[in-house]
Order: sequence, then structure tokens, then C-alpha cells
Amino acid sequence: MSDLLRVANVSKHFGGIKALTDVSFTVRKGEIFGVIGPNGAGKTTLFNALTGLYQPDTGAIDLVGTSLYRRKPHEILKAGFARTFQNIRLFHNMTALENVMVGRHTRTTSGVLAALLHTAHNRKEERDCMAYAQQLLTRVGIGKHTHTLAKNLSYGDQRRLEIARALASEPKLLALDEPAAGMNPNEKNALRDLMVSLREEGLTLMLIEHDVKLVMGICDRLVVLDYGQKIAEGTPDVVRHDPKVIAAYLGGEVVV
Amino acid sequence: MNVLDYLKGKAWLTAVLLLLGLVLLPFMVEASLGKSWLRILDFALLYIMLALGLNIVVGYAGLLDLGYVAFYAVGAYCWALLASPHFGLNLPFWVILPTGAAIAGLFGVLLGTPTLRLRGDYLAIVTLGFGEIIRIFLNNLNAPVNITNGPQGITQIEPVTIAGLSLGKTQEIFGITFSSPHLYYYLFLLFVALVVFVCMRLENSRIGRAWVAIREDEMAAAAAGINTRNIKLLAFAMGATFGGLSGGLFASFQGFVSPESFNLMESIMILSMIVLGGMGNIYGVILGALLVTMIPEALRYTGDLQRAVFGEVFIDPADLRMLLFGIALVLMMLLRPAGLLPSKLRRQELAEDAT
Repeated sequence: MSDLLRVANVSKHFGGIKALTDVSFTVRKGEIFGVIGPNGAGKTTLFNALTGLYQPDTGAIDLVGTSLYRRKPHEILKAGFARTFQNIRLFHNMTALENVMVGRHTRTTSGVLAALLHTAHNRKEERDCMAYAQQLLTRVGIGKHTHTLAKNLSYGDQRRLEIARALASEPKLLALDEPAAGMNPNEKNALRDLMVSLREEGLTLMLIEHDVKLVMGICDRLVVLDYGQKIAEGTPDVVRHDPKVIAAYLGGEVVV
Repeated sequence: MNVLDYLKGKAWLTAVLLLLGLVLLPFMVEASLGKSWLRILDFALLYIMLALGLNIVVGYAGLLDLGYVAFYAVGAYCWALLASPHFGLNLPFWVILPTGAAIAGLFGVLLGTPTLRLRGDYLAIVTLGFGEIIRIFLNNLNAPVNITNGPQGITQIEPVTIAGLSLGKTQEIFGITFSSPHLYYYLFLLFVALVVFVCMRLENSRIGRAWVAIREDEMAAAAAGINTRNIKLLAFAMGATFGGLSGGLFASFQGFVSPESFNLMESIMILSMIVLGGMGNIYGVILGALLVTMIPEALRYTGDLQRAVFGEVFIDPADLRMLLFGIALVLMMLLRPAGLLPSKLRRQELAEDAT
């Protein structure tokens, strides 16, 4: 498998707090790549630094040859790296369909003039965009909620909608920040099936998750963060038995 | 309700009736309420344009702009300087109006750029400052070189002239007499239609969705691929362009502009039209603009009412009408906090009906 995302020595400091220190890892094409670690380990900071919401202080981020280092969020999305948020961030007063249509912003082109003149290109683009969005809603399992306002969706459906919005940009890599948080077992299973089927379609996924069973069961490889540093990387089996990881999760000194 | 039910699904008939009503309205107003109300109606149309322009910035993109009147002022002064004895210029309206609108749009970008990182209260305060800066500039740009004629303002501004027909004078066309406010009514109506058309097209477009997305959650919008800087500047520019357009029309209609007309109170009134009518909803904003222009005028009659009941005027109607207007706004906010015609409500209801 070829490398999709190369992250090298990414650091991010907030004043004196070292949120990330020299984090390096590689995500391969077509895998589900987990990012785990105790609370406050810097997982979400890592996602934010990768997707342009924070400017990393140093390092290199490379998505199949395109540097994403210190680029704007919309440029990173356009390059093919989409994400969801830990605390769901939807456009609450827009319908589910509109949320997904916004997600297609970078894959559509109509400007003010095209909208005013209702050019043939603009009308076709709107039609296609709407059809694509509807298809994605069905894909993630909320096809019957097309015209429901995002804020009126159930919690699990909001998570799905956020994934659909991210998918609308046709990403190569999709980063999910704790997608299973607050879900019941049924919803978790459905989410798991969705992730597996997305991988089968060729999408690469990054996943921050606290549910160890879910992570260990679904991820091909993992990176473990603690206090902003990478302490382990490898397959679930390797990581599970790493003494540093056990120490980070259970506390205590590392016996070497 | 029967009439409305009958018209449902007959779009062309509704449109024809609406058009007929709008064309005949000034005749009825002039005959029943007099010419002063026709002028009020004209101003209401100007405010509809202003409110729709501000609605793009505040209602769609969620950027609280308290200095919007500055763009109105820029448009108005553009017209005043290019068509008055002040500089001895008298350019035709089809040159001045786009120029004024474009310059106002440019100012929109100019004032928008430094505020891109600001949100909410902070944005409101900075835009409020910008609005005042423009007004104070207009007030003081009479020395060392006299550009704006300072607090005295610019007088004898040329009215709109279309094909040799001046809208500033009473004209007789096909044997029907049209007063100046009557002629301006049709001109303004045309521009209102244009602005409404632009707003409607944009509302359901890729750009319109991007604006609303920024209003809802700017960070999520950026992560969804929206270049928030450009799209916000576009909102400022579009809003300012409409402001400049109505400013130019205002100057020609009034024949006189002075910095006094563009104070903070104006910005707040335009904002309250949007809030009252329903932020983000075109029909709501139009209704809000009509009410906020008409109600204070109608409340002037409280003077006559007091005289009729008590035999004398106890409270100056000018004071009383602002008080009543204030009470009306407070009641409004208590009873319908989302405005008279909140946006999306209808769509939400439809969605609930379907499920």
C-alpha cells in the first residue's frame, strides 16, 4: 500500500504548553488509521493542526505530494482532506440537504453572476449538487430526513449528517473526531459498518476514538499520543502490548 | 382566505394582480391620504432596498453591521457631487447610479477587510465606528478643499431624467398627471424589484448557502471548504452596493444631502427593520421596512387625536410616537422574537407536515 498522508515532526505550542511535540506518522492509502491516547493527549489538536484550523509551529504535512503545512482549511479540504468535529458542528438552521450541499462548495463553481443569470451551467450544477447530496444522505442512512433542519435531527443522525457533509467534498482522506461519542450500541454498530464500507470503496479514514473495542476492532494501524508526543505506532496487537501505552492508560512507571 | 385559496397555484394571475395593485397604489394613496403619504411611500421603497442590502450582511452572513448607513451616504454623495452645481457637473443617471453603487461596494470591501477576524459584539462596535467616520468625514471635508460642503450639505441636486423627462417635476403623460413623488415611486419600484430579484436568486445559490453556513458556524464553514474571507467580503460588497444604489436614488429624490441624514440612528432603524420583519427572509424584511417607515409617520396623527379627546396636545406627537414605536418593538420581541415572518419557518412546517 502506498502512503497517502505523511506527517513529519509536527509541533504546536500554546504559550508554554506543548500541545504537540515532533509528531510523525504515515497514513497508508485505503486503511483505517486510529489516533488514540488519554484525555488531553493532543489528539484533537493534531487534527486541527492537520486540517488548518491551527497553524502548526513546525513540521511537514504532505498529502500525496501536496504540502498542507500552514494552508487554509478550505485549501486543505480542496486537496482532499476532510474532517468532522468532536462536538458536532452542523449548520443548525439549514436542512440536511443544504448542509451536504455546502460540503460540495469546493467541487462546484457557480458565482454571483451565474446565480443571477441562472445560466445553463449553473442550473445543471445545482441539480447535480442536489442529487449528489441526496445520494450521500441515503448513503449514510438519513435519506428520509432530506428537508429536516439539522438541529431537529437526533444525535446519531447529526453525526451521520456531518460525515455526509465531509464526504460531499469527495475526499481522499476523511478524519473523524470521536464519531462514536455518545452513541448507543446500535448506532455504534451502524457507524462501524459505514466506516468499513467507506474503506471498501477506497476511502482512507483517520479516527480519533475512545471506545477501545471499536478502535482495536476496526483500525488497521494506530498511533498513540500522550502529552503531545507519539509514544507508539503500529497494528492494534503491537500497540496493545506496548508497555508505554499500558503505562499511559493505566498510570505508573515504564519498566524497561 | 377564499381569495388566497383561489390564487394558490395560479402564479401568473397573482403576479398580474400584484403588479396592477402596485401600479395603481400611488393613485389611491394620493387621492385618499395626499401627496405627503406618497413621499412616505417612496421612502419606504428606498428603505426596502436598504434593508434588503443590510439583510445580506446581517441576515444571511450573520455579520452584525451597525455602520451600514455609511454606504447609503457614499451613494448619496456620489450622486450629489456628480449631478449638482457644487462641482458644476450633471452626468446622466445611468452613469452616476452604477458609479455610486460601485464606489459604495468598494467601500464595503475596504471597511470589511479589517473586520474579517472580528465577530459579534466586536464587529458591531468596529462597524459602528466606520459608519461614524464616514459621516464625520462628510461633515468636515469642506476645508482646505471644499469637497462635501460640510454641514451645510449639497443643494440643488439634479433629479433623475429619463429620455428628457425629468422626474423632479409634475409631468403629464397620456393625459394623466403624475406628480414628482408619483414618478419616483415607479422608478424606485423598478429598483426594488431588481434588488428583490437579486436577493432571491442569491438566496438559493451556492453563494447564498455559503453565507448562511458562515452565519451558522464559521469554523465548520471553513472546514467544509468555504473561503470564509472572500465570501464574507462578497457579502459586505453586495450589501454596500445596494446601500450605494439607494443612496443615489435618495439624493436625486430629495434634491439635498447633508451629513445629518446619515447618523447612527439611521443604521439602527434599518437594522430594526430586519430584526422586526424576520432576519434572512426577503418578505419579512420588506414587511419590516414598510412598517418601520410607516408606523412612526402614522403615529404623527396622535396629536390630532389628543386635540380631539382632550382639547389640547399634552404630549408632543414627535415624543409620543417614538415612545409608542419603542413599546411596539418591545412587544414584538416578546411575542415574536424571530420577527414577524421568520425565515425557514415555512419550510420547517412543510417538513413537519411530510413526516
